[in-house]
Amino acid sequence: MEFISQHPVLVASVIKIAVLLFVVMTALAYLTWLERKVVAHIQSRWGPYYVGAHGLLQPLADGLKFLFKEDVTPPVSDRLVYTLAPFLALSLALTAIALIPFGPPTAQLFGQPAFLVSDSNIGLLFLFAITSIGVYGVALAGWSSNSKYPLMGGLRSSAQMISYEVSLTISVVGVLLLAGTLNFNGIIEGQKGYWLHFIPRWHAIPQIVGLFCYLTAAIAETNRVPFDLPEAETELVAGFHTEYSSFKFAMFFMAEYANMITVSCLATILFLGGWLSPFPDSWTWQLFLPGAGLILLGIYCAFDTVTKMRGIARLQFAVVTLLCLGGGALCLIPPVAHYIQGVFWFTAKILAILFFYIWMRGTLPRFRYDQLMAFGWKLLLPVSLANLVITAFVIILPLLRNG
Amino acid sequence: MSIPFILFFACALLAVIGAVLLIAAREPIHSALALILVMVSLAVLYLLLGAEFIAAVQIIVYAGAIMVLFVFVIMLLNMGVEERTDFSKLAKFAGLPLGFFLLLWMAHWLAHSPAGKVVGTGGPAPAGAFPTVELSKQLFRPYLLPFEATSILILIAILGAMVLARKEE
Repeated sequence: MEFISQHPVLVASVIKIAVLLFVVMTALAYLTWLERKVVAHIQSRWGPYYVGAHGLLQPLADGLKFLFKEDVTPPVSDRLVYTLAPFLALSLALTAIALIPFGPPTAQLFGQPAFLVSDSNIGLLFLFAITSIGVYGVALAGWSSNSKYPLMGGLRSSAQMISYEVSLTISVVGVLLLAGTLNFNGIIEGQKGYWLHFIPRWHAIPQIVGLFCYLTAAIAETNRVPFDLPEAETELVAGFHTEYSSFKFAMFFMAEYANMITVSCLATILFLGGWLSPFPDSWTWQLFLPGAGLILLGIYCAFDTVTKMRGIARLQFAVVTLLCLGGGALCLIPPVAHYIQGVFWFTAKILAILFFYIWMRGTLPRFRYDQLMAFGWKLLLPVSLANLVITAFVIILPLLRNG
Repeated sequence: MSIPFILFFACALLAVIGAVLLIAAREPIHSALALILVMVSLAVLYLLLGAEFIAAVQIIVYAGAIMVLFVFVIMLLNMGVEERTDFSKLAKFAGLPLGFFLLLWMAHWLAHSPAGKVVGTGGPAPAGAFPTVELSKQLFRPYLLPFEATSILILIAILGAMVLARKEE
């Protein structure tokens, strides 16, 4: 007890990290479910359906499968590096998420901000520092596998990630000029207020070019379609993780999805106002949106349970229904509604961006390698540089005029 | 022992181990990884001194950009294990004692200099002791000319590398 009272921040941080880890791991698992479902529906299929109602237990089954599969280690060139690579990829991807503020610092529990682990003065730079080391996971995996295709995949991904990191960073600098701080909460607070009383002052509006550059570069950074050259199945089998099996493969898989979540969080914070609501404060009904949304989802689930589900799936879906209805009712209580307001908007924005990601995957074909490089260096980089220069001029002009 | 001190000694130890491994490792990629370890540990040390910006830039520039290129080149050339010649006799009998003596001398000097006193007794600086805004004000006002001259120097170096690497036609 003495230790807790002496180091309240440390203890709170450790607890928050543990909870966040659990939440993120679950979110990763269900992100794969969401992706399979959305892509399936884009392609007029059902996607996972039989393991649990609507395939809801599929991620669990997949996780167990990865855990119990045989871990085949090929005659690798370097066993240390071969084992290190997946750990590096996953741990760095998860560390990056710990820097994200999921809710306002005012939402507190036991005197500690409940929804953010760290509130660093240079949060954004730290995030870039961590993601910039993320290349090693992929590159080392490709190199140490001692096989042709992984090496090609590793080389491709290093080249691609180095190239697009430049545009990614420069597209963000415009926002930094507007915000004047590197602290995530500061950047979000700076987007408070409304134009014409209802258009939110998010950076997405003055920095619309920056937003598009960021999203494009972010997709390339996370090696996703249409920039998934490092693991192009038709050319490279599975790219850098061809030789990995069992849980080591699952770690790369999780790292990829964790990186997706990180870049979505970053886009939300920098361009879409983070945990701010898109509606003015005077619209008080928005407090009840999360609860109402959950209850609507619950009603839909109840309808589905009664009309479509049979056997054990009916029981499982009844549990989901009850969870949705109960959670919705809880969120309607005003203090709770106030408390979760920030987290609700943050999550909603992340989900929208993730959906956009998956949508892209279902729609676009893969680029050719030379097209990818030409696009990155000859179009994306000049456009984001021009955006930066114009933003800088717009900011400096009033200062120059006033002397 | 407070937590920052434990962190300091852990990272200092890691940095030294990384530096030794960097020289001792025979695989080029192990050397590169050891160098990354040194850089990340140094970044944590900067962080403990309150220099957040320097810490982040240390990782972004050195570990995240320069070392990625090193690893990339090692992968591209698929370099084998280094070959070693016999350890030089001069280095063995004169170099090692001299190096050890130099280390002792530096430690002695640091312990008695004002800088050493701050590091040794003052404890870690609070986070944000050197705010980024102050750093950029210094960089873009009094030190603008050296700063820009350095960037032009780097640009010239890049151009020089491109000229040298270009094939003759």
